[in-house]
Amino acid sequence: MANELLQTPLFGVGLTLAVYALAQKLYLRTGKILLNPVAISIAAIILLLILCGIPYEVYAQGGRYVLFLLGPSVVALGVPLYRRRQEILARRAPILIGIFAGALTSIVVASGLAWLLGGSREVVLSLAPKSVTTPIAISIVEKIGGIAPLTAALVVLTGCQGAICGPEFCRWIGIRDPAAIGLAVGTASHGIGTARMLEIDRLGGAVAGLAIGLNGLVTAFLLPLLFYSFR
Amino acid sequence: MVRGFAILLALQFLGETISKKLALPIPGNVLGMGLLLLFLLLGLVRIEWVEEAAELLLSHLALFFVPAGVGVMVYFGLIAREWLPIVVATFVSTFVVMAVTGWVAVRLEGKGGRDGE
Repeated sequence: MANELLQTPLFGVGLTLAVYALAQKLYLRTGKILLNPVAISIAAIILLLILCGIPYEVYAQGGRYVLFLLGPSVVALGVPLYRRRQEILARRAPILIGIFAGALTSIVVASGLAWLLGGSREVVLSLAPKSVTTPIAISIVEKIGGIAPLTAALVVLTGCQGAICGPEFCRWIGIRDPAAIGLAVGTASHGIGTARMLEIDRLGGAVAGLAIGLNGLVTAFLLPLLFYSFR
Repeated sequence: MVRGFAILLALQFLGETISKKLALPIPGNVLGMGLLLLFLLLGLVRIEWVEEAAELLLSHLALFFVPAGVGVMVYFGLIAREWLPIVVATFVSTFVVMAVTGWVAVRLEGKGGRDGE
């Protein structure tokens, strides 16, 4: 009976929502940015699955319904873009050039470092699109020949890192303009970083949302070109 | 609210269709974001129709990444074998990208002002 229920999407969806709700409560109660709800939820769910001996595939039957909502959410990022269109348009040059610089840096530094440290070809390729939002990163990595689920996980880890310390890091290195912080956090850590930016600053959040899409576009075009020319 | 969701899903569908038909490297949902912006600017979609659904989704944006992150457990073996390149490349590059992107934006903003306007 219990095993049968595990085989339905109910388990994965229910577990994800319950753990996330608790993680969010913890985050709001303590106000500690280290306790990022996504990072805590992922760690807690993995721990639970391992302790109960439930394979990832069983969880994923429900998990993919939660992941499904990422699609319309990316479309919904058009709304903050539309609302902030004048401010964004006024800064179009720094925004576009900044994102392009960030996209190129991400590919070169992530895969370059992995290669220098002796990473296998698959790992190097899987790391290349790590700053790009999950759905785009997956389709890119399938094209160039990395491991798509590994990329998805590294993308999420990158997002948690940007959400946890992105805005603080930017201020620490002397970047104070909210739009520039949003641009940096959105370019480096896509949707999860953007979620944090939306909490802090409206313009910064909208710019971060724009950076998700544009970094995705630039990387989707740049990465296959770079890797095909190296072969 | 329901209308908003229907519009978002329809635009995603349209984006996916365009992406497939033209064999573009850009996924359908990103095209959908562009289409939504375009339709809002053209007045084909009114902001009141979509804002409620969009805000609901965006306020929980981070939640939708959780299942993809849990997928990392399948690769614990690979990560244990190649932890050094994976961990260093992942974390160092995020900081470098933020610094480069932020600095480039600040530098251009300071120099060119408002892009000649």
